[in-house]
This record gives sequence, structure tokens and C-alpha cells, in this order.
Amino acid sequence: MSNIDQQVAWIDICKSEDILPNMGRCALFENEQVAIFRVIESGVEKIYAINNHCPFSQANIISRGIVGCLSNKTVVASPLYKQHFDLATGQCIEDEAISVKTYAVRFEGDMIQLAA
Amino acid sequence: MSNKSNLVVIGNGPVGHHFLESLVQSGKSTDYNITVFGEEPRPAYDRVHLTAWFETRDAAAINMVEDGYYPANDITLYTKDKVLAIDRSAKTVTSESGKVLSYDKIILATGSFPFVPPVPGHDRENIFVYRTIEDLEAITAAAEKGKTGAVIGGGLLGLEAAKALKDLDLETHVVEFAPRLMAVQIDDGGGKMLRKKIEDLGVSVHTAKNTKNISDGENAVHKMSFADGQELEVDIIVFSAGIRPRDELAKSSELKMGERGGIVINNQCQTSDKDIYAIGEVALWDNKIFGLIAPGNAMAKAACDHLTGCGDSEFAGADMSTKLKLMGVDVASIGDAHGNTPNSRSYTYVNDRDEVYKKIVVSSDDKYLLGAVLIGDASEYGSLLQFMLNKMELPSEPEGLILPQVDGQSTGLGVDALPDTAQLCSCMNVTKADVVCAVEAGATTIGDIKDATKAATGCGGCAALITQVLNNQLEKNGVEVNTDLCEHFAYTRQDLYNIIRIEKIQSFEVLLEKHGSGLGCDICKPTAASLLASCWNKYILEKPLHGLQDTNDYFMGNMQKDGTYSVVPRIPGGEITPDKLIVLGEVAKKYNLYTKITGGQRVDLFGARSEELPLIWRELIDAGFETGHAYGKSLRTVKSCVGETWCRYGVQDSMGMSLLLENRYKGLRSPHKLKMAVSGCTRECAEAQSKDVGVIATENGWNMYVCGNGGMKPRHADLFASDLDDVTLIKYIDRLFMFYVRTADRLQRTSVWMDNMEGGLEYLQSVIIDDKLEVCAELEKEMSLVVDSYQCEWKSTLDDPERMKRFSHFVNSDQSDDNVVFTQERKQIRPKSKNESIELVVID
Repeated sequence: MSNIDQQVAWIDICKSEDILPNMGRCALFENEQVAIFRVIESGVEKIYAINNHCPFSQANIISRGIVGCLSNKTVVASPLYKQHFDLATGQCIEDEAISVKTYAVRFEGDMIQLAA
Repeated sequence: MSNKSNLVVIGNGPVGHHFLESLVQSGKSTDYNITVFGEEPRPAYDRVHLTAWFETRDAAAINMVEDGYYPANDITLYTKDKVLAIDRSAKTVTSESGKVLSYDKIILATGSFPFVPPVPGHDRENIFVYRTIEDLEAITAAAEKGKTGAVIGGGLLGLEAAKALKDLDLETHVVEFAPRLMAVQIDDGGGKMLRKKIEDLGVSVHTAKNTKNISDGENAVHKMSFADGQELEVDIIVFSAGIRPRDELAKSSELKMGERGGIVINNQCQTSDKDIYAIGEVALWDNKIFGLIAPGNAMAKAACDHLTGCGDSEFAGADMSTKLKLMGVDVASIGDAHGNTPNSRSYTYVNDRDEVYKKIVVSSDDKYLLGAVLIGDASEYGSLLQFMLNKMELPSEPEGLILPQVDGQSTGLGVDALPDTAQLCSCMNVTKADVVCAVEAGATTIGDIKDATKAATGCGGCAALITQVLNNQLEKNGVEVNTDLCEHFAYTRQDLYNIIRIEKIQSFEVLLEKHGSGLGCDICKPTAASLLASCWNKYILEKPLHGLQDTNDYFMGNMQKDGTYSVVPRIPGGEITPDKLIVLGEVAKKYNLYTKITGGQRVDLFGARSEELPLIWRELIDAGFETGHAYGKSLRTVKSCVGETWCRYGVQDSMGMSLLLENRYKGLRSPHKLKMAVSGCTRECAEAQSKDVGVIATENGWNMYVCGNGGMKPRHADLFASDLDDVTLIKYIDRLFMFYVRTADRLQRTSVWMDNMEGGLEYLQSVIIDDKLEVCAELEKEMSLVVDSYQCEWKSTLDDPERMKRFSHFVNSDQSDDNVVFTQERKQIRPKSKNESIELVVID
């Protein structure tokens, strides 16, 4: 977070194939639970990472939600009470006051990496 | 308490009960100490549907008073206690059991009694009337020993009674004094057609027969001798020769009476004593007795309004038009059915092939409708009635209203022309304005309208008209009812079903590419998954279908509030061996799972972490269990009683049938969950009438009930077909379920699905039983594909190491989710509440 000089430390999390297309998995990263999603958008593969903790249910379940889009925003629906979170910003679509943390994430070779 | 006035309601029939409901609804019932006396042994029941009692032989089927309704509203009901006297000077009533109550106001709702003409022999044994449940019980008992029966009286009730005798397997005769059936309501031509149709059903009709004497028969119990010298021998006789008001109480307390009986009332339903009201069939208004339920209800409302001052409705007479189904024959009569109005003209349409008779009576200038008779097809009843009630000008050449439409042109009534005051539903007194109001408040379906206004929930005869008004209003408001599934698909679930079938689409990607837009969402993805599963029965976790599933379907368990899952193995019919029960206990103990018996006769194990699911299921599958689909929109359970195998009352093997059904339909993906039950006798211990499909054993086979549910809005299932053999039962359920899968909306239970169908139950019967749409062969084929390709999803998953990976909580660690924390309660685990969890952190 404080790496203003862009000397970001990227850390290998898993192989790309460990997460199936258009689905999410949860990763343990610096003692935090991070929901990582691979999404195919118009034939282009994108990757997103947000915190796995659902602020509505207080359960760690975001990675198990269904991925989709609402008005051109790529979102995940939290599986218990179905609120949607913008995968790019962590913003909750139904409640402006609520958002979840996002993480820097990328493909590197055949690996998926997260950075603080 | 002492500030309250004493209100005594005498009579607890449908109209008396309607009065009490109106009073409770007005909010003023708490101003009164309310005491109700009823002569019969049970609270009010629906006499209009008395024949429905024969379907179950259970008074509950036609009970009108919800359990606990009277106590909850502080209403004291004394059943089997007739009021014997009213002392108007002391202002007290005295009952048969000796109760003496003082009153401030009285509502007389004593109804009527069946008239039995003083024919010699009328008081012999095995002669009945047709009015109460006790009458039906007596007729049923007598029918067991008899072979033949006659109903004296060919009116509306007489034909109902004839249906009852026919259903009791008696050779049935109807004996009518007048030269035709239903002489009051229909004309000669209509009577002729009705007679033909009734005779087609195997009932002998004897008209213009005056019964002079009843004596011992030679070949049967009774011999009826007629004025014309002919005779008829039968074992059972039912009198249905009209009704007379139960006015003896009023007579003895010297209220003003009509010359031929009935208590005289004014427009507020007050009798000659202003503290005593009379409503229903005992009341005489404008020298007329009203023997139908709708006017009775209107009187109840008027009396309630006047008593409480909460409204100002008056009873101003009632239209006696009726539409009903008699022994399956549509019969309707409107206004001046006989053309008695001077100079009136009439137009008649007779179709001998289809056995349809229609007549309209119009004013001499062809402008206004005065009356009508419809036999065999009463589809125009709604619009004709509106023409008459609202004095709307008829189209030129009014005969077009009853002629078959050849070139598709509509000659009927434009609903737009109806005034707001037009009463569309007479049973529930719903006007066009009420329906329009409901639409303005957001109703968009006939189901919404029923909910909001109760329209079309009585006899249902107005459903088609209500739908027209609804659609017209929606169109007028420019409301395009958006039935799109979601922003990605401009189709309904039903459209998508057809697309997938016709184009043989196998994946969400293809469906989205060809017919949708965007990435999809949590609405369309599970819907598509369900449709693909219904159509092709694809294994739900096959790539790439798995990404479409809700977490419950993906993890094949029900996610609980803390992110853990519940495990529910299938226990078909609730039948389980002790060994398997022990396995369940051992597995639950080993994985420390909270254990509970479900309402569907199985066992629910809670608190399984995602990574434990495969381990738990391995053990269950190895012990012979299968997945219970508790997580899916699919068949859940078939609840059952033990049936004739063990139970002294059982008449069929309900256990065997429930196993057969559960094993046949398990795995079927549907628009919403499906529940079934099988009861081994009419005692109905399996509660089949609260299920999507309920099966109840009869001595001759199975009665099939459809479209019931429990839950937030409980609904009793409707009787769909009676005395089915095993093969026919399965055939009907196959068709019904597949038709539901094809045509229901997403997350629409069968009850709402049927309520939203124009024609409701009858339409569904015509599709499933009579194959009106000629789809039954296809539906059966589709179901057999689903049945043949069943696989246990958990077994298939465990057999594939690739698929096992997904169950670990972390993709990059074997740790568990540390947010899942349990505590103990009643010797089992439960999730720690948020507060308890915080404490835990503090201690750490």
C-alpha cells in the first residue's frame, strides 16, 4: 500500500488453471482472505481480487459468488444475501456506503500473483 | 368490558360467518361482546360447495372458519345450541342448553330449510334432504346398502344432489314436477339441451311428474307413484323441492313477517325491531327471498355497515343471474331468461353436434340486453352479464354476441366501455374500479389481482373478464410488463426454455452469444443452468456449467449464515434401516455436525466446512446414501405414512408409492423446489394437500392433488383427479411436472403458476388429462429422458479428483476459514454469534 515508488512485491498465489474461467477462489495472502476472480470479457481474460469477507453476512464467502455484469460493471453476487460488488473497485452496488478492499493482482507466466 | 354492547348472532352458516368477518374487518368488533349460536355441530362451512365433501368425506375440505379465528377475535361460538326464544321486552335470548343472554343487538342468520312436500310416505326411512354435512353422511351410509336413488326436484340443488347420488354409484333418477329441468332459471330450449346432456351422463330424467305417494316397493325400498299413473322404484329418495326460511324464531317473537314467510327487512337489513337485523335466506326484502350466496353476503355487509356506522352500503336487491357447472355441464342464466318482458325479442343459437344452446333476450329496439340462457358453453356469461347490469348499448345485430366467431373477429364486449362501477366478481363484490385500483398499485398479473382484491377466488367464473380488464388497464397505462429475465436476456424463462429445446443449445456461452448480451449475472446463470439440466439432464458440475450454479448447487449443500454447509442425504419416503441411521449418527458425531430431523422426514447435518464436504459424502455414499438435492431447485422429498402395510386404516401401499415417486423424480431440476407426499388413507397423515403434488389413497386407487404449498403463503392443493391407478397417476405427474418446467417463471411455485393461468385448475386438467394442447406425448418423453439419465451428483463428483480440488477453502493453503467458530448449546454445536466472536478476539 505504501509502495509509492512502484517497487511492488508480487507474490505467487497459484497457477492460473487453479481458478476456472468465470469463477472465483479464495487465497490466503498476508493473513487476509482474498477472493480472486478470472473473468472472460468479450474474449479477453481479466483478473480481479477483492476481500473475501462479506460485510452483510460477516462470513468469508465472496469467492463463492456468481460472476456477471450489471450495467457494464463486472460484479460478483455475494452468495448469502446476493448484494453485488464491483470487482474493479470493491464498491457495493446496492449500498453506496459499503465497499470491500481491492488488491493488485496479475497473471505472470502461468501464475496468478497478488501484491500488497 | 362493561362499556361493550352485547351482540348475539343467531346462526353460523356462510352468511352469518361472512357477517362476523365483515365486523372483524371493520375494526369495530372490539366494541361488542359477541356471542354466536349455531344449531349444527361445527362452525360455518361452505354449503355452495357441499358436493366437495364427497371428495374427501372430510368436513375440513369445506370449512370456512380458520382454526382459532373466533377465539382470536374474542368471538364466543356455541355449536349444537339452537336459540329457542327471543324476549324482546327483557332483551334476552334463551338457548336450547338453557343459556340466557341479554342482548343489545341481534343478527338473525338462521338461513333456510329444505321444503319437503307433504306427500304420503315422505317421512319413511331412507328419505333425505340435501343441506348439511349430516345429511350427506346419512345419504352416504344409506347408499352403501342401496342400488338406486331418486332426487325429487330438478332445480339447481336437485341436480347437485343427483351428482352426489351418481358419485355414490347409484343408478340415479331426477324427478321434476315442471315440464323441464331448472324451470326457474332456463327456458324450454335450454331445458331440453340440459336434459340431453344430463342423460348422456347416465342420469334418468323424468319431467312433468307429480309424486302422489311413496310406499313399500317390490324390488326396491320405495315405490313412488305419480299422478299420471306411472311408478318408479328406488332405494333412496332425496327431496330437493326448494327452500323455506327458518323464521320460526321471528314468528314467535312477533317480528313482521311476509305472507308466505320470511322476515321483512329494510335496506339496512333491520327487521321491524330496529335492534334486530336479519340477513341471508331467512330475510325477505321487497317480498323476495334470495337463495344465493352473493346477495346473502351483500346483506351481511349492509347490516355490518349500519350496525358499526363504518360504511353506508345498503341492500338494494340483487341480480339473480347465475353461472355454474352442474355435473360438468356449463349452465348460465341471466336476468329475464324467459323473455317475459313485453315486446322483447330473442335470438337463439342451437348446436346439436356440440350440444350447445344459447339464447339472448333483448329490448324491442335491439339496444339493450334483458336476459340470456347458456347451456353447454357459458364463455359469454361475463360479458353478457355486464351488458345487462350496466345497461350498455348492444352492437347492431346483437345475435353476433352468441354466434360462433368464424373469422376471428371479436363481437364481444370492449372492457374499456365498462363503467367503473361494473361489478366484475359477484361472489366477492369486486368492481372494475377495484381491479383498476389494484393495477395502479402495481398488480400486473391475475395472481396479483386475486391477492389484492380476492376477485375470481369464489366461483372463478369471472377470471377471463378480470384478465381482460387487467390487460386493458396495463396497456392503457403504457405499462409494458417487463417480463425479461434480467438485463442480459430480453426473454422470459419460458422463452429461453423453448429456445434451448428448439435450437438444442447445450451451454450458457452459446445461449448468451446467440440470444443475450454482457456477461450474464446471478439471475440468468442459475436459470440457464436449471433449464439446461431440465432439458438435457446434464451433470450440474460439468465444465462450464458449474460457473452458472449458485453456491448451493456448486458445493451441493445449503450454505448457512456462517459460510458452512448443511448435508442432507436422500431418505426416500422417510424410510431408513437402523444400520443406515447408525451411519448418519456416526458421521455426524465424527465431523461434529449439528443434527436435526427435518419436516420432510429426513436428517439435516449442519456445520460442515467446505473442505469437509467430500469426506463426509464419501462415507455417506459408501454406506449407500445418495444426495438429497436439498440445495437444488428440484424435487425435495416425498413425505409418506406407513400405509396399509402397518396402519389399521390404510387402504393402499402409500410407502411403496412414495418410494416409487421419490426415486422417479429425484434430480429433476425445476423452476422452484418441488415437494410431494403420499397418504395411505383420507386421514391424510402425510399432509399431502400442502404439497405441489399430493397423493391420497382411496379404496379404488389414488386421488391426486396439485399446486399446494406451505411456507409464507400456505395454500391447500386442489383435487386434480380421482381414483387413479398407478400407471395413470405417474403419467399425470410426469406431464404436470414437465409442463411446469416448461412454462413456469423463475422461482415460481406451482400454486402461483396455476393461479396465473387463465382458466386455472380446469385449464390445467384439460392440458394434462385431455391433452388439449397435444403435448402430452412430448412431455412424457422429456420426463423419461430425465428419469433415465439420473445420476447422484455427489457420487459423480467424488469419482473425479479434478473436481475435488474446489472444496478446499483456500486455493493456496490447507488451512480452514478461521472465521467459522462454534460454541455448544443443548449438547450440540452452533455458530458463535457476532458478540461472542468479538469476545473471543479480545481474550486472544
